[in-house]
Amino acid sequence: MSIQIKEVSKTFGSFQALSDINLDIQTGELVALLGPSGSGKTSLLRIIAGLEESDNGAILFGNEEITHIRATERKVGFVFQHYALFKHMTVFDNVAYGLKVRPKKERPSKKDITEKVRELLSLVKLDAFADRYPAQLSGGQRQRVALARALAVEPKVLLLDEPFGALDAKVRKELRRWLRRLHDDFHITSIFVTHDQEEALDVADRIVVMNEGKIEQIGSPEEVYEHPNSPFVYDFLGNVNVFHGRLENGQWRNGAGGENHGSLAYVRPHDILIERKKPADDAVQAKVVHVHVVGRTVHIELKQERTDQFLEAELTKERYRELNIKVGENVFVRPNQLKVFIPEDYSI
Amino acid sequence: MAGHIPLQYSSTKAGKRSAQEPLIVRFLLITAALAFLFLFLLLPLLAIFITAFEQGIGVYAASITDPDALSAIKLTLLVVVLTVPLNALFGVAAAWAITKFDFKGKSILITIIDLPFAISPVIAGLVFALLFSAHGLFGDFLFEHDIKILFAVPGIVLATLFVTFPFVARELIPLMQSQGSAEEEASLTLGANGWKTFWFVTLPNIKWGLLYGIILCNARAVGEFGAVSVVSGHIRGLTNTMPLHIEILYNEYQFAAAFAVASLMSILAIVTLVLKNIVEWKAGQHG
Repeated sequence: MSIQIKEVSKTFGSFQALSDINLDIQTGELVALLGPSGSGKTSLLRIIAGLEESDNGAILFGNEEITHIRATERKVGFVFQHYALFKHMTVFDNVAYGLKVRPKKERPSKKDITEKVRELLSLVKLDAFADRYPAQLSGGQRQRVALARALAVEPKVLLLDEPFGALDAKVRKELRRWLRRLHDDFHITSIFVTHDQEEALDVADRIVVMNEGKIEQIGSPEEVYEHPNSPFVYDFLGNVNVFHGRLENGQWRNGAGGENHGSLAYVRPHDILIERKKPADDAVQAKVVHVHVVGRTVHIELKQERTDQFLEAELTKERYRELNIKVGENVFVRPNQLKVFIPEDYSI
Repeated sequence: MAGHIPLQYSSTKAGKRSAQEPLIVRFLLITAALAFLFLFLLLPLLAIFITAFEQGIGVYAASITDPDALSAIKLTLLVVVLTVPLNALFGVAAAWAITKFDFKGKSILITIIDLPFAISPVIAGLVFALLFSAHGLFGDFLFEHDIKILFAVPGIVLATLFVTFPFVARELIPLMQSQGSAEEEASLTLGANGWKTFWFVTLPNIKWGLLYGIILCNARAVGEFGAVSVVSGHIRGLTNTMPLHIEILYNEYQFAAAFAVASLMSILAIVTLVLKNIVEWKAGQHG
C-alpha cells in the first residue's frame, strides 16, 4: 500500500516539530527516516500510525484518506524502540494479542490463531520461547517478538521506531540484515526511523533525511551519500572535513582571501590523499596529530599548518604501511573529491 | 564451581564486617527500637484485648452482640461496601486521565485529589454539614423533596467518600507514570479499542498497586472518625459507625464494652496489615 503525506505540520506547544512535510512512499518500499534527535522523524512516524494527530495536512493510504481515522482502525504494524511488549503475557500471548482482541465476527478460531502464532514465531526463530515472558528474553529476542506481534495482524504498512536503537552493535547488524530479508520476502510497505546513518544506508531502498522538522533530501542511499544537496546532509551522513576557501573562475581554492571567500568545501575522510612529497599546488601541509587503527582502516588526525584546522583522513592499512607515517611528522594533504556549498546569501 | 564458593563467602564476610557498627552500638540501637515498638505499638494493642476480656468472655460476647453494636458494625460495613468500590473506580479513572493524556488543568486536578489529605477530617465533615443542613446551601431543596443526608446514612457515606478519595489515585499515579503508555499504544495499533486496552493491558499492569490502594482506602473507611462524627448525629442503632459507637461507650464508662468493639476493629486492622504485606510481597515478585 502506498503512503502519501501532504503538507503535514505539527507543533508541541511552541515547538515546531514538523513543518509542511510532503512525502510519497511507493507500495512495497522500505524507507528510512534519518535525522538527529529532535528532527521530527519520530513525530512523523507516530502521525502516520495515528498515535499523534497532525495539526494540518493529510495522510493517504493508497487512495483512502486516513488523516482522521483512529490508530485502532489504521491496520498498521508498529514496532517500538523499547519493544513495548506486554510484560504480563507470554511470548505466545503477545503475538496472539492482535488476533484475540478482534471483534467476535472477525476473530479467527482458536486453532487458526495458534497456527498463525506458531508460524510467526518460527519466522522470527523463537519457536522454543513461546511460553517465556518478555523479562526472560534478550533485547534482540524481544525486538523479534515485537516484530512478530506487529506482523500477526497482517498490516498493510509496517512502521518501526528506532527498532534497533537499544541493541548492541553486533545484534543490531544481524537484525537489520534480517529485517531487510524479511522485507524482500513480504514486501510490506515499511518506514523505519533511525538516527544511525550506517543503518539507513545499509537497509533502506530510499532515505529521507530530516532536520528541524523539515525534509532535507530524499533519495536512494547512494544518491544521498554521494550527492548530498546540503551541508547538513553531507555532515550527517558520515564524517566530513570542512575546508574554508574561495571560488575563483569556477575553481575552488583552499584558504581565505579573494572574492567569494566564504565558500566551504566538504571532503570525506577517505577522499583525503596523503603524500610525503608535495605533489601539486593545491596540496596543503599538515602535521600528523593522532593515528588510530580501527580494524582494517587507519584513522589519521591531522592539523593544517597554515590555518590550524583539524582534518580527519582514512587510509587502508596497506597505504598506511607504505607511507610509514608517524605522529608529529609533516605530510602533504590533497582532497581527491570535494563538494562546495556556497552560503545562501552569497549567491553568484 | 566448588572453588568459588569459599572465596565469595570470605569476601562478603569481610565486606560486611567492615561496613558494620561495633557490637555495643548495634545492641543499643536495636534495643531502643524494640523498646519503642513495644511501648507505643504493642502495649496499647495488648491493653485493648486485656481490657476487652477484663470482665470475662461473657461480657465481651454480650457487648459485641448488643443490638447497637451490631448496628454499628453493619453500618460500618455498608459504608465500606459503598465507598471503597466508588473510590477505586474514581481513582483508576483519575490516574488514567492524568497519566495517559495531556490536558489543561492537570496540575489543578492533582492538587484537588490531594485536598482530603491536606485538610482536617473535621473540616471535611463541617463542609457537608454546611451544604446539607436545614440552613445550608441545599437545605431548602432537600427539605422540600424530603431527602435526608445530614444525620443519616447518605451523609456518612459522603463524608467517608471525601476522606478516602485520594488513596487509590495517589497509589496509581506514580505507578502508571513510571510505566508510561507504550504498551497501551502498542495495543491500540494492534486494533484493540480503549476498553480492551484497559482490560487486557493496563489493568494487569496496575493490579497490585490498585489492590494496595484499595486496602489502604478500606482501612481508612472503617476507621474514619472525625468527618463521620460531624455528619452522623450519633443516633444509636441508626447512624453510629464502629468508631463512633466505641466513643459513646467509652464516654459512658463502659470500658469493657468499648474495648470489646475496639478489639474487633483492631483485628480488622491486623488483617488489613497482613493483606497489605502479602500484596506488597506479590507486587515485588511481579514488578
